[in-house]
Amino acid sequence: MTVVLETRALCKNFGALPVAQSIDFQLTAGARHALIGPNGAGKTTFVNMLTGRLQPSSGAVILGGDDVTRLSQRERVKRGLGRTFQINSLFRGLSTVDNVALAVAERRGLGGRMLKPARAHTDVRDESMALLRTLGLQDDAATLISSLPYGKQRLVEIAITLAMKPKVLLLDEPAAGVPSMETHRILDVLESLPAEIGILIIEHDMDLVFRFARRITILVNGATLLEGTPEEIARDPRVREVYLGERHA
Amino acid sequence: MKRHNGSYSADPRIGWLELLPWVLGVAAFFLLPDYLSLGARILVYVLYALSLDLVVGYAGIVTLGHSAFFGLGAYVAGILAARLGVTDPLLELIVSFIASALLGLATGAVILRTRALTLLMLTLAIASILSEIANKATWLTGGADGLSGITVSPIFGIFRFDLFGKTAYWMCLAALLVGWWFVRRVIYSPFGASLVGIRENYARMSAIGSPVYGRMLSVYTLSAGIAGAAGALMTQTNQFVGLNVLSFESSGELLVMLILGGVGRIYGAFVGPIVYIIAQDQLAKQFPEYWSLGIGLLLVIIVLFARDGILGILDRIVAAVRRRSTARTAIEPKRSDATL
Repeated sequence: MTVVLETRALCKNFGALPVAQSIDFQLTAGARHALIGPNGAGKTTFVNMLTGRLQPSSGAVILGGDDVTRLSQRERVKRGLGRTFQINSLFRGLSTVDNVALAVAERRGLGGRMLKPARAHTDVRDESMALLRTLGLQDDAATLISSLPYGKQRLVEIAITLAMKPKVLLLDEPAAGVPSMETHRILDVLESLPAEIGILIIEHDMDLVFRFARRITILVNGATLLEGTPEEIARDPRVREVYLGERHA
Repeated sequence: MKRHNGSYSADPRIGWLELLPWVLGVAAFFLLPDYLSLGARILVYVLYALSLDLVVGYAGIVTLGHSAFFGLGAYVAGILAARLGVTDPLLELIVSFIASALLGLATGAVILRTRALTLLMLTLAIASILSEIANKATWLTGGADGLSGITVSPIFGIFRFDLFGKTAYWMCLAALLVGWWFVRRVIYSPFGASLVGIRENYARMSAIGSPVYGRMLSVYTLSAGIAGAAGALMTQTNQFVGLNVLSFESSGELLVMLILGGVGRIYGAFVGPIVYIIAQDQLAKQFPEYWSLGIGLLLVIIVLFARDGILGILDRIVAAVRRRSTARTAIEPKRSDATL
């Protein structure tokens, strides 16, 4: 399988504190990969280095075969790297459809135009509506995003990222804060995502991880402890010790 | 009241209520002929406030140094007329626009890499530096005495600037119309929608691949140009430029006007200067020593009870009336049911 995202000996220190220690990681096209680990393991720092929000202290990030370590967040997005945020990061004063439309317009290169009114770009709105329909959010299109229930806001997070048509999707705790009764909806959406997108999910909800992921990496204290299939991970006593407990053994 | 937020759902058509400022502007000329110079000042400040609303209200760029662009535009127009003999008012407007836009581009390229308080302080510093340059360059600017000896040629060689300020009033109204049309168009464009995105969530706009810095620099440059044109109009109206156009007070006063009217809604930039300048004028007549106390109280009331400004208060009144009428129509069918 083609490797779409890779890190080589990725390190990050905050002063004297090492938060990522020589992480070697590979994500293939169409992968369903989960990154798990206890709180403070360095998962979000790792994702921030992948997206360019944080610069690594050393090591390299390879996206689509090119070294993007020194490239900006924007350049990485243009090369097909999309992400969602652990805490909702939406445009709170805008409607649901307008949240998605901003991302669609940027992908289409329309965001800087001044000649025509935004509303005259009907293709942007149509594509945004189509995307909302695929996630079952069409009835909430005109609703102010801050008025939506939290679970739906998490779906809009995903919709915004999908609007960028990413080749690699980084989902930072997509079910965080969502009541357990509603996580199945998040999972349904994740399972329906286009098969060709390589997905890396960071999640604490182990049921969701083990149902969704075909490969799992465990991060502990900023270093890779283990990588394998869900069955291998569940069997490994080291994982049980640091993270999972008896339930998944 | 429509909020005029740029987005892909926002209807860009001009509503009938949006014609009101222009009807009032024309009516004021005929009904209040003794107040034309005050009217021209208001129109200049509305244009100046519109330029500030573009950066503060729509792009979320906080600034206390917009007087740098207003003042530069004012001095460019004054220097062109008094020192270089260029007295064509339209040419002065264009040159002032370009000069201030270039200053916006040059300073914005540096300061827009910062955020929040740092940005605020840097904008203030730029205006202060410019003010000091104008103060010291007496040979060019007249220094603390101001720049006088400014003459303005007739517009298109026909319309002379008269003592009563009739021509100046029409020119300010026409310039404001052009400025308003331009700002409105920008706000409703995809560029305007992206500015709202930046204001709402800077980090997310970067994460969806938007060139956030470039967009902010573009709008800052445009806004600076408009403020410069407003400054040039002020010079042509007063035929004098003083150091006060570059002062912190000028920036602060403008921000107060915008907050008073309502930030990020276009027409707050109309309502704020009108209320502020008229209140200032009337209070100064009634209480020459304590007029600023009245303005201060007005601002305290707005900040405490109407953070969305005067237009925000109107919003709430309209919403309350609509709620009441909706409740009434919901009750009426029950009454008719009862009679049946």
